[in-house]
Amino acid sequence: MASLGRLFRLALGATLGTWALLLLVALAAPVQAQQPSSVNPTASSVKEQQLLQELNRIQGRVSIPDKRSGMLEQPGRDWRNFHEVTLRWIGGIVILGMLAVLVIFYLTRGQVRLESGRSGRTVVRFNAFERLVHWMTATCFIVLAISGLNITFGRPLLIPLIGLEAFSDWSQWAKYGHNYLSFPFTIGVILIFLMWIAGNIPDKTDVEWIKRGGGLLGHDHPPAKHFNAGQKMIYWIVVLGGGAVAITGYLLMFPFYTAGIEGMQVAQVVHSIVAVLFVAAMLAHIYIGSIGMEGAFEAMGTGNVDVNWAKEHHSLWLEQQKAAGTDARPAAAPAE
Amino acid sequence: MARMKFLCDADRCIECNACVTACKNEHEVPWGINRRRVVTINDGKPGERSVSMACMHCTDAPCAAVCPVNCFYTTADAVVLHSKDLCIGCGYCFYACPFGAPQYPKVGNFGSRGKMDKCTFCAGGPEADGSKAEYEKYGANRLAEGKLPLCAEMCSTKSLLAGDGEIIAQIYKERVTKRGYGSGAWGWKTAYRESIDT
Repeated sequence: MASLGRLFRLALGATLGTWALLLLVALAAPVQAQQPSSVNPTASSVKEQQLLQELNRIQGRVSIPDKRSGMLEQPGRDWRNFHEVTLRWIGGIVILGMLAVLVIFYLTRGQVRLESGRSGRTVVRFNAFERLVHWMTATCFIVLAISGLNITFGRPLLIPLIGLEAFSDWSQWAKYGHNYLSFPFTIGVILIFLMWIAGNIPDKTDVEWIKRGGGLLGHDHPPAKHFNAGQKMIYWIVVLGGGAVAITGYLLMFPFYTAGIEGMQVAQVVHSIVAVLFVAAMLAHIYIGSIGMEGAFEAMGTGNVDVNWAKEHHSLWLEQQKAAGTDARPAAAPAE
Repeated sequence: MARMKFLCDADRCIECNACVTACKNEHEVPWGINRRRVVTINDGKPGERSVSMACMHCTDAPCAAVCPVNCFYTTADAVVLHSKDLCIGCGYCFYACPFGAPQYPKVGNFGSRGKMDKCTFCAGGPEADGSKAEYEKYGANRLAEGKLPLCAEMCSTKSLLAGDGEIIAQIYKERVTKRGYGSGAWGWKTAYRESIDT
């Protein structure tokens, strides 16, 4: 009997509840009618321009595995402008400017001659390992520089000459060369840093050398150790500039390992500016190491320089060599 | 000719990802490449919105401007396409694109990203319309068959619109007038330097 009574009470409750609900709905109807005919859900929603103003990009969530694609929008067009306009101006001015300076210098000053003539005796300046490292880095640099400049200047300069298909084929190989030769280049820069650091710490002799303009103008020969101030500058350009292009280059070569899109844009800006400055500095280095100075190329060619050349350009170093007893050795017999 | 555009009505998008799936299927896009994706902003919070995004086929497209080998071209319908034969996979278009549209088959693989792939507005590539070579490189060319992009055509809520910019803008305007609200045409200011006044 008890269970029957509970059933009755439940049924009564349900009936009453239904009636109460109906009553509520009836009461609510006039209230709804007083509200505006349509609500505006966008009043509280996220807004594109507001999000862009806050962060300059819109980031969300995606359900596909590629989480990087959650970046909806990043409208900054600064990088485009840099690549198209700024970099081409910087590169053009720096590289053509350096070439112009070198040509003018060669035409007015001419080659820096060996004033006391050749002594016939030589002294070892760079050993085989040093020369190997130098030329490994140098050949890599030339390929890297040409293939790099191709990416920035090839489109306006080369495509009109050789056409789209040929330029694409060449650029594909240039890109492979650029990517793969970056590794021996980086190793070369590290080895250069380690093997010549001792001779490249700036000291008092550099002040004197710079004050006298390195003896480039006139017939002055300021004293210098193994490396003069100009060579020290080249050393630090190679070490610091090479380090900077290597780091930023690897950021671009391995996208998203450490840098996102904005990081890669910054890396590309640093990479390209340092690179064009580097190219300009190396043009000066190539000039003075070849046609710019008599007897200079031998240092990296055979590794032995004439004693008189050492006396004129690296007097303090030659004295050190003399003291150590490693200076005098007869030059190889001329081929004629 | 028409000026083709995409418009995602974020107030209608329900993040079903059918556009993403349809795109992958129609063009047989390889694994890891998503020409289109749906991004949800403020997910799970009040005011959340989902936007379906792919290449917007920008006016004065940044990708085309920065491409070192000039592999991009714009069709008579203002669709931005590229030649995979010319592309060297350098990644520059990816740095320049405001919408993250360019995709690479081998991102992060030792700098050899492979040929860039992106939304073609279902308009194929430089090869002959509807050819096998075109299909293998770029997917279907629906535009040449007189059809609009599949992502928008099969959108269940008709949130994603694709077609002539003036027509889809008109459709969107009418919607906004009728329902009384609209959060705007996402990406239009960035892509086309204009927005739809509603």
